[in-house]
Amino acid sequence: MEYIIEVENLKKTFGELKAVDGVSFTVKKGESFGLLGPNGAGKTTTIRMIYGFSPMTSGSLKVFGLDITDQWRDIKSRIGVCQQENSLDPDLTVQQNLEVFARYFDIQSTSAKKRTNTLLKFISLEHRRNEKVTDLSGGLMRRLVLARALINNPDLLILDEPTTGLDPQSRHQVWEKLEELKSRGLTILLTTHYMEEAARLCDRLVIVDHGKILVEGKPAELVKRYVGREVIEVTEPPDELLEWVQAQNLEHENLNHRLIIYCKEENDLFHTITQNYCTGGCDLRLATLEDVFLKLTGRDLRE
Amino acid sequence: MIAINISGRFIKVWQRNFTVYRKIWKINFLPPILEPLFYLFAFGAGLGALVGSIFYKGSAVSYIGYIAPALISINMMYNSFFENTYSSFVRMYYQKTFDAMLATPLSIEDIITGEIVWGATKSVIATAIMLFMISFFGIIQLPDALLLLPIAFIGGMAFGSVGMFFTAIMPSIDSFNLPVFLFITPMFLFSGTFFPLENLPSWAQKAAQILPLTHLVNMCRAISLGYIKPELLFDLLYLIVFCCIFFPLALIRMHRRLIK
Repeated sequence: MEYIIEVENLKKTFGELKAVDGVSFTVKKGESFGLLGPNGAGKTTTIRMIYGFSPMTSGSLKVFGLDITDQWRDIKSRIGVCQQENSLDPDLTVQQNLEVFARYFDIQSTSAKKRTNTLLKFISLEHRRNEKVTDLSGGLMRRLVLARALINNPDLLILDEPTTGLDPQSRHQVWEKLEELKSRGLTILLTTHYMEEAARLCDRLVIVDHGKILVEGKPAELVKRYVGREVIEVTEPPDELLEWVQAQNLEHENLNHRLIIYCKEENDLFHTITQNYCTGGCDLRLATLEDVFLKLTGRDLRE
Repeated sequence: MIAINISGRFIKVWQRNFTVYRKIWKINFLPPILEPLFYLFAFGAGLGALVGSIFYKGSAVSYIGYIAPALISINMMYNSFFENTYSSFVRMYYQKTFDAMLATPLSIEDIITGEIVWGATKSVIATAIMLFMISFFGIIQLPDALLLLPIAFIGGMAFGSVGMFFTAIMPSIDSFNLPVFLFITPMFLFSGTFFPLENLPSWAQKAAQILPLTHLVNMCRAISLGYIKPELLFDLLYLIVFCCIFFPLALIRMHRRLIK
């Protein structure tokens, strides 16, 4: 098995704060791997160590089988990174952003030009190549950041919250592009806190919180393992229902004005509840990754 | 550790800045073209009429001939210092240009080296344009004065390095007022720029010897007026030492600021 990323007992401390506290995982070639977690969970810190931006405090970190501590330049030349913050060069045009970035990778100017054209076509921005990047919308900028990350034809694409702050249209466009790259066999590592994004793009993922990995698995498996098939949500649940749920020993979460019941097996629980306890405000829906996420990381606000 | 991380790739950062510079070269060329004209007109025609000539190394020199090399020196300082303070700070802090570069094979040391070398390059470009303009006045010795071009690079490296050091430690862009007011402005006035240092009290003359601009002015003036002497190597050495102190300091502090 060829591993693109091998992370073992990775730690990063900032003074007292343990931002990443003993994380281990591997990413195989061609795999799309997600790091999920609430804000401040240590996702960005982890990937920053992987792309050689931050030095690790301890642990072992190999990318393409190379050690990050002494072969970071070789590693970085084969990675493409979309950082969370917009770091496009506002002093340059759309096209120049790609061509100037190509220089940082020692790409010759003729092949840089060719590559720039291909990428501008890929993100459908050819007609705006001579505009300033500051004139682009948020969605277009993100597509350009993606194109820029692909300028060196990377063997690994790292995306830090690729669609945060985008409108649904732009988000779906970015997803389509990423799916296209995925189907070409590109290895992708991404962080996100959009569960829909993770479920759609990730072959495998880990949920991290407080610098530690809580679970690892395929999205569908995690849903099945931790939540089940379906979820019943009851708004303003009557006390009798709460008592009954407790008596039946059903897996549930009581949020005071809202009761969430997890259904692991196929049964007529929903039928029973609606007939006996609820007049309204009772919904049955499929379990999602978001249920897993909230169940494992809690519902408290972060930061 | 820091020395190991500097590679020839720093030139890519230089190229990036050059690409941006070329886009608006007409605007960039304007200050070094107009500034000497303004100054020479104000000081030469206005003040020079009052001052008359100044005794320099035993012979009388017109006032504009006396200050022209100082104006060039000041511009060497300004171009690199301001490039590596305000402009570099904008790229680092607001535009996240360095963050983007750090996701490529560039190291932070490559980036900072490229920025400082670029600042020095701007000093050279400004010097070349000013020399060209001033040459029409017949007040500098050519081709001797062409030596000012390599000197502009060394001076640019020195002032760019100290500028970058400030960029690494400044919390915000407004903080630059402090080094500008306490470091740049006194040099502008008291480095033998507009009047001979001998006119100052002796303690001030000694203090002026600490200022790097004093040495840059001394060297540029001697060369421009045709007094190329071995003593000038001392001034050159001073600037090189100054650069050798602040260049690594800038790298260390920038590393500490950005690599977390």
